[in-house]
Amino acid sequence: MTHEMTLLVAPLVPLIGAALVGLTGRSPNLRETVSVVTGLVLLALVAPLAPAVMNGARPEATVLEVLPGLPIAFALEPLGMVFALVASGLWIVTTLYAIGYMRAHDEPSQTRFYVCFALAISASVGIAFAANLFTLFIFYEALTLSTYPLVTHSRTAEAMRSGRVYLGVLLTTSISFLLLAVIWTWFLTGTLDFTPGGILAGKAGPMTIGILLALFAFGTGKAALMPFHKWLPAAMVAPTPVSALLHAVAVVKAGVFTVMKVIVYIFGLDLLTETGANEWLIYVSSGTIVLASLIAMTKDNLKARLAYSTISQLSYIVLGAALATQAAMIGGSMHIAMHAFGKITLFFCAGAIYVATHKKNISDMEGLGRAMPLTFAAFFIGSLSVIGLPPLGGMWSKWFLVLGAADAGRMIPIVVLMVSSLLNVAYLLPIPLRAFFRAPKGLAAGETLKYAEAPAFCLVPLCVTALGCVVLFFYADTIYRLLEGMG
Amino acid sequence: MIAEHPVIQVLIPLLGAPLCVLAARGVFAYWVALACSLASLFVATRLLTSVMATGPIVYELGGWAAPWGIEYRIGPLNSFVLLLVALLGALVMLAAKKSVDSEIPRERRHFFYAAMMLCQTGLLGITITGDAFNVFVFLEIAALSSYILIAMGHQRRALYASYQYLIMGTIGSTFILISIGLLYQMTGTLNMADLAARLPAVGDTRTVLISFAFFMVGVSLKMALFPLHMWLPNAYTYAPSAVSAFLAATATKVAVYVMIRFLFSIYGPAFAFEKIDVSQILGALALVGIVLMSAAAIFQTNVKRLLAYSSVAQIGYIVLGISFANVNGLTGGIVHLFNHGLMKGGLFLTVAAVVYRVGSSDLNAFRGLGRSMPITMFLFVLGGLGMIGVPLTVGFISKWYLILAAIETGHWLAVALVLLSSLLAVIYVWRVVEFAYFQPRDRSSDPVGEAPLSMLVPTAILVLATIVFGVSTEWTVGVARAAAVFLLGGHS
Repeated sequence: MTHEMTLLVAPLVPLIGAALVGLTGRSPNLRETVSVVTGLVLLALVAPLAPAVMNGARPEATVLEVLPGLPIAFALEPLGMVFALVASGLWIVTTLYAIGYMRAHDEPSQTRFYVCFALAISASVGIAFAANLFTLFIFYEALTLSTYPLVTHSRTAEAMRSGRVYLGVLLTTSISFLLLAVIWTWFLTGTLDFTPGGILAGKAGPMTIGILLALFAFGTGKAALMPFHKWLPAAMVAPTPVSALLHAVAVVKAGVFTVMKVIVYIFGLDLLTETGANEWLIYVSSGTIVLASLIAMTKDNLKARLAYSTISQLSYIVLGAALATQAAMIGGSMHIAMHAFGKITLFFCAGAIYVATHKKNISDMEGLGRAMPLTFAAFFIGSLSVIGLPPLGGMWSKWFLVLGAADAGRMIPIVVLMVSSLLNVAYLLPIPLRAFFRAPKGLAAGETLKYAEAPAFCLVPLCVTALGCVVLFFYADTIYRLLEGMG
Repeated sequence: MIAEHPVIQVLIPLLGAPLCVLAARGVFAYWVALACSLASLFVATRLLTSVMATGPIVYELGGWAAPWGIEYRIGPLNSFVLLLVALLGALVMLAAKKSVDSEIPRERRHFFYAAMMLCQTGLLGITITGDAFNVFVFLEIAALSSYILIAMGHQRRALYASYQYLIMGTIGSTFILISIGLLYQMTGTLNMADLAARLPAVGDTRTVLISFAFFMVGVSLKMALFPLHMWLPNAYTYAPSAVSAFLAATATKVAVYVMIRFLFSIYGPAFAFEKIDVSQILGALALVGIVLMSAAAIFQTNVKRLLAYSSVAQIGYIVLGISFANVNGLTGGIVHLFNHGLMKGGLFLTVAAVVYRVGSSDLNAFRGLGRSMPITMFLFVLGGLGMIGVPLTVGFISKWYLILAAIETGHWLAVALVLLSSLLAVIYVWRVVEFAYFQPRDRSSDPVGEAPLSMLVPTAILVLATIVFGVSTEWTVGVARAAAVFLLGGHS
């Protein structure tokens, strides 16, 4: 299959998968097999593209022209490659995890769950491959809508309220700001294609550039830039596999991916530094990093703490884009992959703890480490990666971000990154440490915990992703060389 | 054969009406109406393809040449509207049988179908004719038959709704008649092309100005432009469900067509937009209407009424597009005229299915329908996404052109308000979604089944059309653009 063909087929694979899952709903085993096979086929299609992209190939393919000059088209470049790899790779792991989680919980409407999951992945791949803003916007909205049934999976009153916040924030920002920015860009330049070096240079004054950047940055609600971050904690009402893949990887990364892509391929780094339009974005993203970390410390619910940690980490990537230097751009883009592995591990662990013990609050988890050593070991590794310590992948992205900030000659982001690392230590590390070293609460002498590790379907995926964090430390060079071709 | 198509287009439903009455009380009336609607759709399709292939068609009624006889003149714009009317007529008729059987008493059904036929005749006639007085005649045929249709709603309040519409509609038609009379007085002709040629010479007279004022107010009443929309919510709420679907999708759209036709091809853009600058007031009313009526839709507890308020808001979109008086705006307005017809028709048909199964269009009746009528509710959600303007639906296409036109003309307030109203649409659509998917059904109520296939299929066709034309716009936007360029005088 040519690379061009692959671009067209890859987003279709999960769509077909979704249809098959729907058809095989009566037989859960067959249905789950279909999900896993779809994931494998997708990865088998996407992975071979990576070497080609690294060698400078930029395959393009057009699906159809919706309006004159505005086609649904796909084109691959390094950033999209990284995002597509991360999303499709982690989907397989998450599917396995979901099988364990959903069955252990005896959740209702599992067919709908897997169908929507596949639709969401299809939308994510579409975003990764989008050749222009128009295509990206279409898949961006498709991702919002396909994840809504997942967020509100339980159909309770709480789920309905959270669903309102979710849809409310994401649609409000995308319709009022992002769509406006897209149409405005089209009006100014007559094109929406992602072009190395950007398309806006010389087409608009510094004032307009500044407004457009704000519309794009805040319009991409999925990037969870404060004050448009509330949807992410709200989304935590979803089953944990959804929080893990979608709200630590696919959906939020689609957001920061969009910001990065727009800054690199629509504005162009030079235009931003020339006009100084990026100045405020540096401060907003820095502020989000610190504030979200501080809020995370106050949360006792584990998933809520992880959600605020995600908000903070997402702004690393936005900051990387806003700094508009080569190193920061690469650091930010790399963080898409690094944070994905770290955070998905943490969510998997949170879900495994919930499945095994039905505990949601951190204060109840003391002493659990002895009953669930593998889970908490994985949590420890994931935490270290999110903090950014060697020998874990998270260290490299932070490294390049700091380097990029230094290149830009800015002190504040460097301080923010350092402070944030300390805050990460403060809100993440106590969780595994207390689980291992504190005695369980309310346990009489001589009594032992009655809990055991979660089922293998839950346990194996979280070990795999924890291992992934370690592997990424040693293979960061490959990602770096891939991302060097950006812009 | 194609040469006779224009008159056949109007004759089919016109002859269908007495046939329905003659068929009397049997089920035949339905089949006569259905056959006529399908035939009329066939003719409309042929006309559109012919116009797009070989250019405008001119037909002299009874062989009398233009200034004396009535002339039918079919260009890209009205063949597009003809297709909308005929398509909705046919699809609603396909879905109507069970709904009508359950809502209209047996002894009145043949009258009902006859009135439906007359209403189609009127709407098709308004659209096809090239004669200003003939527009009025067909306008009255359409209006009188829709008063009857609305009055047939099974609640007594339908009578009041119909009466309200009768009063407002009659004022509207009378104003239009006065306007046409004044035009005739000044120019001595009723043929639209002749009017357009002779009006510029007398454009400065007060008589023409007054005729313009009468026309604008009259036609705004007819198309329920805010704040002259008062009749519409009641009419759509209490009419039989099939009638709501047909009228919501076509009647106001045809009135908008009349406005476009008079503004651009009788008074002319130079008079209407430069001399009088009607864009100011049209744009302002459209914007206020878009926001206020979308907001009003949020607070409705009856889904038909909710959709009715949304219709008034959507008319605002179309009028806003027209008020820009440039190619993108007009394209957006015209394409939305068609797109909104498809969406609203589809949505009202899903409500018709709910009324058929549950017996009410109250929001409470929608509880738990996500489970018991999954296909109907899924179609409703898809149609609702179109109303919001989600990409890959027709609503997105219209919105794209409207916002583009607003940015082009530097009308930032319009940009903001159009976007705001999309958000309001999210809220009113999602209210229904939450009732259907999150609220359990009352335990005491009877179990509800999925809508019958005869209703699902036409609804699905309409809703899928909103997606097909949201992805592949070559045809809809192509025709609308051709019409816009033509109306603006051939240069873009």
